[in-house]
Order: sequence, then C-alpha cells, then structure tokens
Amino acid sequence: MGMTITEKILASHAGKEFVEPGEIIDAQIDLALANDITAPLSLEEFEKVGAQNVFDPDKVVLVMDHFTPNKDILSAENCKKIREFAAGHKITHFYEGGNCGIEHALLPEQGLVVAGDLVIGADSHTCTYGALGAFATGVGSTDLTYGMVKGRIWFKVPESIKFHCYGKWSKWVTGKDLILHIIGMIGVDGALYAAMEFDGEAISALSMDSRFTIANMAIEAGGKNGIFRADGKTEAYMKAHSKKPYRVFESDPDAKYRQVFEVDASKIELNVACPSLPSNVKSARELGGINIDQVIIGSCTNGRIDDLEAAAKILEGNKVSRNTRCIIIPATPKIYRQAMREGFFDVFLDAECVISPPTCGPCLGGHMGILAKGERAVATTNRNFIGRMGHPESEVYLAGPAVAAASAIKGRIAHPEEI
Amino acid sequence: MLIKGRVWKFGDNIDTDIIIPAKYLAMTDPRSLGEHCMEPISPSFHEKVSAGDIIVSGSNFGCGSSREHAPIAISALGIPLVIAKSFARIFYRNAFNKGLALLEADIADNIDEGEEVEIDLSSGVIRWRDMEVTAKPIPPFMVELINEGGLINYLKKQLEE
Repeated sequence: MGMTITEKILASHAGKEFVEPGEIIDAQIDLALANDITAPLSLEEFEKVGAQNVFDPDKVVLVMDHFTPNKDILSAENCKKIREFAAGHKITHFYEGGNCGIEHALLPEQGLVVAGDLVIGADSHTCTYGALGAFATGVGSTDLTYGMVKGRIWFKVPESIKFHCYGKWSKWVTGKDLILHIIGMIGVDGALYAAMEFDGEAISALSMDSRFTIANMAIEAGGKNGIFRADGKTEAYMKAHSKKPYRVFESDPDAKYRQVFEVDASKIELNVACPSLPSNVKSARELGGINIDQVIIGSCTNGRIDDLEAAAKILEGNKVSRNTRCIIIPATPKIYRQAMREGFFDVFLDAECVISPPTCGPCLGGHMGILAKGERAVATTNRNFIGRMGHPESEVYLAGPAVAAASAIKGRIAHPEEI
Repeated sequence: MLIKGRVWKFGDNIDTDIIIPAKYLAMTDPRSLGEHCMEPISPSFHEKVSAGDIIVSGSNFGCGSSREHAPIAISALGIPLVIAKSFARIFYRNAFNKGLALLEADIADNIDEGEEVEIDLSSGVIRWRDMEVTAKPIPPFMVELINEGGLINYLKKQLEE
C-alpha cells in the first residue's frame, strides 16, 4: 500500500519502511524550536529532569520573538534566563535583537529547515515549514523538553486529507484567501489530528511565500501539519537559503486519504474571517460597511516580502484613513532590509503607516498595537479569537495583505479594486 | 480512581486565548495563571470555581496555541478533569503531560451547570442524575505514559538508567 508525504517522512525518521495512520512511532527529530514564551516552561522541565545537555546544540533553536523588544520586566527576565541557558549549552541558533525575526519566517530564511526534515516547535504555527516539504508540528513545552534532551519524540501517525487545487487565480488572491476558504469550508476542527496535503496546478503556481501562509494556518483547522510536495520553486528557495541536504518525498498514487477535496482556485475570492473564529469566512465584498480602527500587516502568516509588496502596491500614492492606524511589521531583518531597499518603506511612510521592528507583538495581544474596548482591526494574522489582540470586546478580522492595505486607506473593510 | 465534582459548562471551540490570554504568558507561576483562567468570557471564574470542580465543554476544547500555560491555569484552580466532546491535538498532549485529566464524551447538552458528576477515571464512566455515559477510552499509549508518572518522569527514569 502506498504512503503519503507525511507518512514517508515519519517512517524515515522512525527507521521504518512503512507506517500507517494511528500507529504510534518514536521518531528522530531534526530540529527543536522554542520561543520567549514557551522556552521558560521548557527550561523549568529541563532542570527538573536533571538533564545535562541538549541532544545537539546545532539542532535546538531559540527565538526571542513574541514579547520582544521586551515589553515588561517579566518578559525581560524570561529572555535573560533563555539567553543564559543558550550560552551555557552553546546553542548555535539563539536569536535575539538585531538578528531576530518572527520564528516561522526566520527559520526557513536562515536555511534551518529543508524538505524531508522532521521539526517540532513549542509554537502551534510550527506547521509553517510544511511549505518546504518538511513534517513540522507544534508541541507544548514539556514535549519540547523531551525532544531537546532525547532528539526524539513520540507521534501518532496522522491520517491525511488532500486538497487538490486547480484553475487560475484571480487578481490579488493569495494563499491567505485559499487557506481561509478551506478553513471556512471544513471548520476549525475539520482537520483535527490530520495532515493537510496541498497539491495541484494551482498550488504549483503559488509563490513560496503564499505556500508558507497556507501551511502556517493548517493548525487553524485543527491540522497536525500542512504539507506540500517540494517542486522547482521549493528547490530554488532551499538552494538560495540553505546548505543542508534535503530529501524530496512524494505521495504514492495509491496513498490513502481520509478525504480528498477538489478546490477550484478561479472561484476563490478575497476572503475575510470575521470574529471570533478563523472559520467565519466571508468575501471582502460583503463587508464594506464595517468600519475599522487599526490594520496590522505582518506576523508569521503574512509578514514576508510578497505580503509587503502587495500592501505597498495598494498604499502607493495613498494615505491611511485619519480614523485608522496601520502598523506594518516586516517579519525578519532580511525582509525589513529588502522592503527598505525596494522603496516600500517610503510608500508606507508617505501613507503614514507605522513600521515596527520584527515581532509577534500585537498578533497575540502582546504589545505594539493593542486594541481598546470596542475597537476593530483588520489583520493579516492567523487568529481572531475573543480578545486575541486586546480587550475582550475588541474584534479582529483576518485577511490577506491586499484587503488589509485597502481597508487601511478606506478606514473600513475594503476590496483593493476600490482604490 | 473516582472523582466527584460540580460542573462548569463551556461551549464549543474554547481556545487557548480564552483559557489563558496571551498577555499573561510572561508568567510561569501556576497560581497567577489560574487567576486569569477563562477571563475573556468569565472574568470572575477563578473566584467562583472551587477545587474539585469539573469543566464540561463541547467540541475542539483547547484549540489554538501550544501554550502549556493553558492546562497549568486550569489545574491551578484545582480542576482535576475536563470532559469535552473533542480536544485540540496539542492541548490533549499538554494536559496529560501536565497531569490534567481529559475525557472525551459528548455530554454538554445533557448536563446543567452546577450539577454534581461522578467519574470513574479508570473505566471512563461518567454518572449524573440517572444518566450514565462511558467516555472514549484514553489511547493505550497515553495510559502507559500516565502509568510511568508522565512524560517528564519517564524521561527522568531514562536519564538515570
């Protein structure tokens, strides 16, 4: 019987020829990731078990991206603890300050993840790396500690769900609109415990940045991981960013899927997920009457160069509405510099946007753009749960960069055609 | 093991930002986290709840982030068990790793807030009024892990050997 990409990567890391859904395996990991809010709990457990070393100082990655630049004393103390741990254990990949970016944009850019890898991260959006053809999934801090010490972890092999996407994309539509469409279709638990595999001609046509966005939000449908077959674009990306050897896996023609969805890309519109679930998806065209107070363009979902370019194209020659604040957050220093060089910063500043240093910041209501009671935001982020970006009575509408930029100009939810 | 407790009811898709809002995640102290448990939808939950009470919820409990602060906040209030129709994947592993018991059973529609329930954790049998429901069995691998004293004890034993 055939296997899916996910099953093949898991089998290869468990030293097995074959695995099937439901099977419990003990698998080797290629990378273990934690950030400034999940590492502190992990390090407490590390101490409790009395571990002396991490399994491989080159394969543990610590990224201080959530509450940084440190928002308060507690955050500063957490980062200090992690920094000392990193120094004491000679962790190669410790990121803080000027070399730091949002983890799920940073790791692929730094070449730390390639196709065929198995990655665990104490952050639910670790599933982003599936865009590279890697198996990557979020775990809690305790599981992460186990992985950091042993270099292995247990998994239940997930069933796979295939999303076969065909047809031509409409103007402005990106991976964000596809993944919101899919979450709207299957619900926030539609892929619970499952691998979400994306393929088809419409997927091949998408940029790497769009694929990262799609894989990133697999968790928003309850998915264990999102995964793509590595193609020419993936290989070009990996060659440009990494020296690590990679391994391309393909699903067999007779691989088993729990479900197969056919998705016509030409029918996908610019989508917006309304409060307070990512599955509450409507077309941006239906929501023009909704006034907004803030726009966030950034995050591990949509803070990459493609996203900033799409926003700049719409903001060029325009001004952000007097009733709205627009905060742009390039996800990594490299993206920051590229956006600056390509003149996007001039566009953003002329439009009277705020340009933030790389941080997760407002996405999770941490800092750098919190909402007051009754305020509404359009954000290119991934979650619109109750109180996610601030006061429990504030609201978040999730969209791609084009709708976000157009909405900033209009001061209400807007379609880029209106600009 | 027999658990008896009063029920607090929540709906579907209770996400980790509800269980413990991200603005508190710089804290690691369980008691402080417990004080903000469920705050966005029930600001005084931590005052109303008593040790031994039980949460009963709908589908996809614990969806969202991987923050282990979520099961820690629930446990900090003395809640030994959450019964839900289904659980999000990362939360499921985290809860067992942190010693919070979870049972999958679809009972939220047939039970009222404040009712007393009795649960036999080993058999998964849940009893209230004249009702009796058996929860989905905990996967055998998880049971083994629990019997080892949890993942961290299991790791400790391996390191000592």
